[in-house]
Amino acid sequence: MIDEGFQDPARHLEEIEIPAPERDAAEIPELHEVDCPAELREEIEAAMGRYPDARSASIPALWAVQRRYGWCTPEGMRQASAVMGISPAHLESVASFYDLFRLEPGGRHELLVCTNISCWMQGADDLLEAFCEAAGADRERATHEGGTSADGEFFVSAFQCMGACDIAPMAAIDGRYVGPLDTEDAATAVEQIRAGSEALPEKSLSRRGAAGGPEPEPDPRVKEGI
Amino acid sequence: MAGETRVLFHNIDEPGLADIETYRRLGGYTAIEKAYRQMDPGDVLAELQDSGLRGRGGAGFSMGKKASFLPHGEMDKYLCCNADESEPGAFKDRELMQKNPHQLIEGIAIGALAAGANRAFVYIRGEYSEVADILERAVGQAYEAGYLGEAVLGAGHEVELVVHRGAGAYICGEETALLDSLEGKRGNPRLKPPFPAIKGLYDGPTLINNVETLSNLPQIVNRGADWFKSFGTEQSPGTKVVSVSGCVQRPGNYEVELGIPASELVHGLAGGPPPGREVKAWFPGGSSAPVLTAAELELPYTFEDLQKAGSMLGSGSIIVADDSVSIPHLALRTARFYHHESCGKCTPCREGTNWTVKMLERVIGGDATPMDLDVCASVQDNIIGNCLCVLGDSMAMPVGSMVRKFREEFEGAIAEGRAGAVLPLEEAEEWAPMKVG
Repeated sequence: MIDEGFQDPARHLEEIEIPAPERDAAEIPELHEVDCPAELREEIEAAMGRYPDARSASIPALWAVQRRYGWCTPEGMRQASAVMGISPAHLESVASFYDLFRLEPGGRHELLVCTNISCWMQGADDLLEAFCEAAGADRERATHEGGTSADGEFFVSAFQCMGACDIAPMAAIDGRYVGPLDTEDAATAVEQIRAGSEALPEKSLSRRGAAGGPEPEPDPRVKEGI
Repeated sequence: MAGETRVLFHNIDEPGLADIETYRRLGGYTAIEKAYRQMDPGDVLAELQDSGLRGRGGAGFSMGKKASFLPHGEMDKYLCCNADESEPGAFKDRELMQKNPHQLIEGIAIGALAAGANRAFVYIRGEYSEVADILERAVGQAYEAGYLGEAVLGAGHEVELVVHRGAGAYICGEETALLDSLEGKRGNPRLKPPFPAIKGLYDGPTLINNVETLSNLPQIVNRGADWFKSFGTEQSPGTKVVSVSGCVQRPGNYEVELGIPASELVHGLAGGPPPGREVKAWFPGGSSAPVLTAAELELPYTFEDLQKAGSMLGSGSIIVADDSVSIPHLALRTARFYHHESCGKCTPCREGTNWTVKMLERVIGGDATPMDLDVCASVQDNIIGNCLCVLGDSMAMPVGSMVRKFREEFEGAIAEGRAGAVLPLEEAEEWAPMKVG
């Protein structure tokens, strides 16, 4: 953010107060300076133990922070950095690189709608619109950085190819893949989530039948190579 | 009629295949016994080299040759399984891991033996959290059964395997960006050389292979290189799981012998476009591959034939666009993806993808001049080959091919715009001739 003072030629440089950062992001906090919950610390330490170099655990640590606080909160990242012994700035640089890490609060449930080529050709833009309408999220924001519904329940975002073009158009609801969806499914899913039940269980990818799509009869075109 | 030939997909729909008991009952984990108990690691490597297995992640490089590049001697060596699968149109690795995770784990253990690697990682994209859960459970079972750990099958060779979840970045499928990401950093590609075989993860020798490549190893060890070469063509041996999606009636993964006509995949197995529609363009190897036309569907589906036709087999993912799809809109969708995913390290990619999106928006929005198409083409030429990795090329190649092969559609959109008869971009996008259902 540019300080408005810089744009005002009448204002002398010495008058501009540059506030000192409350905390130096390059400095690694000590564990006693942060109030890291024991479970979070254990989870991060377990992740660190899985790698020859503990710094490899930065993505797992950020996942742990996001699971605990709903998003990568600055305080959560400081806690992780204290546990890992790396700077909060480094963790923040990592968090900001990856699309699945959330750097702002909002939305207890995450609705990611694929709008890449294969899903788009099957009507993904309409599906995104339907999800926005059902959840009460802003379409424009959902198309770009993702938007939170007015009641704070849903985070809706267009997302780039999630590797499920066989069920296009599809969405990931709190990480679970569902598809192929039509526009009515969006309202159903939102209702089901509000009621506390599983969204669109019959469209869950994990329940999809045979490879290559459902084929009720033995397919004469399939030859076993073994 | 050529149909599916199931090797990797053998038993794929068997209930409970993701469990170690079922996998073993169906003959699983016999190759690892053979490799670790009866074979010399050098012989395993020789068998893999002899099989001619080419990498299934995109580049198509010989798997055995790549493994042979790792230096000998006592040191930590790494095997990274690339399960990032973020190429638009690709979803084969997801199905292989979700339904048959032990086949992959067995392949990793064999690959690690051949390459002398003692530390293995599966880098799986963060979006695949359901699949990662399945894989982690399977890894736990494999440890318990002694197929992973300090001394695999008591044979002295150590293989530790960790499932590492990414967090949503296409670039991490690029092998050196994957390594940076696995080291806990932002996923930026590295300058090559040195190649990962010499200096990779934690600066140690590293072999990086795709899920499908490694899933092939158990059967190559069990049945031999000659058996493997009995499928496919001389330069593209084996079978390939091909993801077919877009405007087809039965999208899905189909395992075929390399060399069958592409039309058999698109029309035969995937059912072709909906009734009354025709194929207009198709990506033969994910959205990074230059598009081909309907006439080119008769090409044999192999690495070499698609390369000769000016495209590539890539990850083996076919996306079909039928005659209801506007090519300029398709180009814009493609370009936006790469623009979003560009890591920003190299200028030609960062700026080139940005400019391409802007120019295509002008074409569709009616603000373009005919000159824009030539500028657009020259931007693509200036990206290709000028960056650390091929992300920029991955946009330049398909977009360039669309402008070349469907130039009249772009010119039509421009002419219409100049006649003042088009809608603003947002509305034009809404009116894109895409239908639901």
